[in-house]
Amino acid sequence: MRNLFSRTLQTTIIFLVVGGVLALALGGYFSSTSNVVTGSLVNLQTWFSSRFVAVQDFLTAPRDIASLRQRNAELEAEVAELQAQVIQLQQEVGETQILAALVDFSRANPENTYKAAAVIGLDPSPFLHYVIINRGSNDGILRGMPVVTNQGLVGRVDAVIADAARVQLITDPAAKVNIRLQNAETEASLIGSVTGDVTLDLIPQDEAIEAGDLVLTSGLGGGYPPDLIIGQIVNIRTRDVDLFQIATVQPVVDFNSLEIVLVIVNFRPVDISPLEASP
Amino acid sequence: MRNLIAVPVIILAVILQSGVISRITLLSGIGDLPLVMLAGWALQDDVETAWHWAVATGILVGFVSGIPWFVPLLGYLITVLGAQILQRRVWQAPLLAMFIITFLGTIVINTLSLLTLRLVGIPLPVDDVLGLITLPGVLLNLLLAIPIYAVMRDLARWVVPSSEIL
Repeated sequence: MRNLFSRTLQTTIIFLVVGGVLALALGGYFSSTSNVVTGSLVNLQTWFSSRFVAVQDFLTAPRDIASLRQRNAELEAEVAELQAQVIQLQQEVGETQILAALVDFSRANPENTYKAAAVIGLDPSPFLHYVIINRGSNDGILRGMPVVTNQGLVGRVDAVIADAARVQLITDPAAKVNIRLQNAETEASLIGSVTGDVTLDLIPQDEAIEAGDLVLTSGLGGGYPPDLIIGQIVNIRTRDVDLFQIATVQPVVDFNSLEIVLVIVNFRPVDISPLEASP
Repeated sequence: MRNLIAVPVIILAVILQSGVISRITLLSGIGDLPLVMLAGWALQDDVETAWHWAVATGILVGFVSGIPWFVPLLGYLITVLGAQILQRRVWQAPLLAMFIITFLGTIVINTLSLLTLRLVGIPLPVDDVLGLITLPGVLLNLLLAIPIYAVMRDLARWVVPSSEIL
């Protein structure tokens, strides 16, 4: 009986003490003490956690670097592939633009029949200005046919095999084109040079020509059809001691970037050499 | 049988010359890959087919080019002749011989081209040709000479295995 009384008393005292402590804690009387305790615990946990993360990083880092390197290599390969695609697409866009311009040109000049050809090479000799195109006699190309772009005259076919042809550019030192000036009743000869410059010769001294005059084929001699644009006069040299004036011409065609050309296949050059006086 | 490698090598050289090398200009001059290739081939020990290579290359270049066909043929034959003469004299310095033959071969080809074109009536000013074509061409050919010589040396060792032993 006494034991039961003392046990009940102990339980009651414990409840009272715990309740009192809780009441004091809820009342904010232990805040400074609890802050010290919880702060210490948080610091302790932070210390353990940071050490654990450091050890974990140390143990797992090599595996991550390997996977990152692999992923990096995959992405680099993908980037390279995409860059190649971009270059290919840009090239196709460029070719499409050139072809569209050539189609516009052929529509604007329906009197001629054209065959498009790609420039696949240049003459191996630096003395001559020829290009090689990928159309030949199998495509109806014949020697002497004029070659143009949408910008103007390029030259004429010099030699033909089954699937290719060699085109003599108007800049070739042996090339000679009979021309006329658009704004003057002047006819002259356009000759190329070893440097690729083209000049007008045989212009009479009394003819008034100006820089900017447009140079067109005259059609004389039967080598080229008339009225194909060649270029513009940029410089005129007139000397009293010369029989003729000489003018430098800036061709409208950029011969350094020829990619696709048009061969006028319905033009038949006239060979007038038998009619020319022999020396 | 290995000598038949000449066929694809010569065709490839002429294609590269027409499609690539001719587009790389210095002033108005360009490199001459077939010439440098022939010079490198003719300077190799134990190579006895240099004359055949020169004839085949000359005919092929003459066919592709607008220049009279005998100009590259004659120019390449003279180059091979010079290479074979020089090989016996300066055999201890093959790269020097390569430079000399490349230089002389370029001069010979350009001179032949100039004379022939002037004879057929094409007006070519000598000073323009010298300054704008020949000298830049010499420089480009000398630049080509080093890698081409190395390639030809390896090719010769493959075609004529005895030269590797020597």
